Amino acid sequence: MVVGTGASGSMAADGVEERKQMSALIVDDNSVIQKIHKVIMTKLGFETQVVDNGKMAVDLHTSGCSFDVILMDMEMPVMNGIEATKELRAMGVETMIVGVTACSLESEKQAFKEAGLNECFVKPLNMEEAKSLVKKLNKEDN
Amino acid sequence: MVWLWLQGYLDEQFIQLEDLQDDANPNFVEEVVTLFYGDSARLLHSIEQALESNPLDFNGLEAYMHQFKGSCSSIGARKVKSECTQFREYCNARNAEGCIRTFQQVKQEHATLRRKLETYFQALV
Repeated sequence: MVVGTGASGSMAADGVEERKQMSALIVDDNSVIQKIHKVIMTKLGFETQVVDNGKMAVDLHTSGCSFDVILMDMEMPVMNGIEATKELRAMGVETMIVGVTACSLESEKQAFKEAGLNECFVKPLNMEEAKSLVKKLNKEDN
Repeated sequence: MVWLWLQGYLDEQFIQLEDLQDDANPNFVEEVVTLFYGDSARLLHSIEQALESNPLDFNGLEAYMHQFKGSCSSIGARKVKSECTQFREYCNARNAEGCIRTFQQVKQEHATLRRKLETYFQALV
């Protein structure tokens, strides 16, 4: 699986284009989900960072960090996924934001999607779902 | 692990975890299960304390159980998850007796699965 085909690739000395490693931000307060998502994204070639709530995700972006994909839990303390997604979009963050939620209520999932998600899955994400995200990311870069 | 799955204790999600285990993450499944039992001990303790209050805060109980059920889903703990669903139904119905009774079932299934998983991991050594 080739990832990291971002537009920010640069030319190496031998003329071969270097591919930037893609990065994923995992936003979840549950340590089990953090671990599962981290392993999945790492296996797919992503550099990963993990935070416990939406505010930490927003603060990272405020400080200048950026990622290729954000896996955003819906229910978290301090700042939940809906609020964090709205804030990130209001800040102009255009990164792919993927909601992951244990919530089964359609109305709540709809509110999450309307906050600005690109996709929404039931948690935990599985490998096939993660691969579909990589496909979409690679398509966008091409 | 097939027999545990067949007996209904675990579902497809556990197989997904086993598929993620490899040379780079040789103890992944056991590490995830350990994290689960650490987290769940904390949540079960919170629920137990909340069940001692009078009147019961059903919204608070429901929120704790939602978190716990989410954790159960992440390791494929099918029977525990089923009891969690029952508990949440009693919360929504504001049925205190049902909540208290079902919570004992949650704890029992949680403990049973723990014993079975410990046996499984010991057999792998």
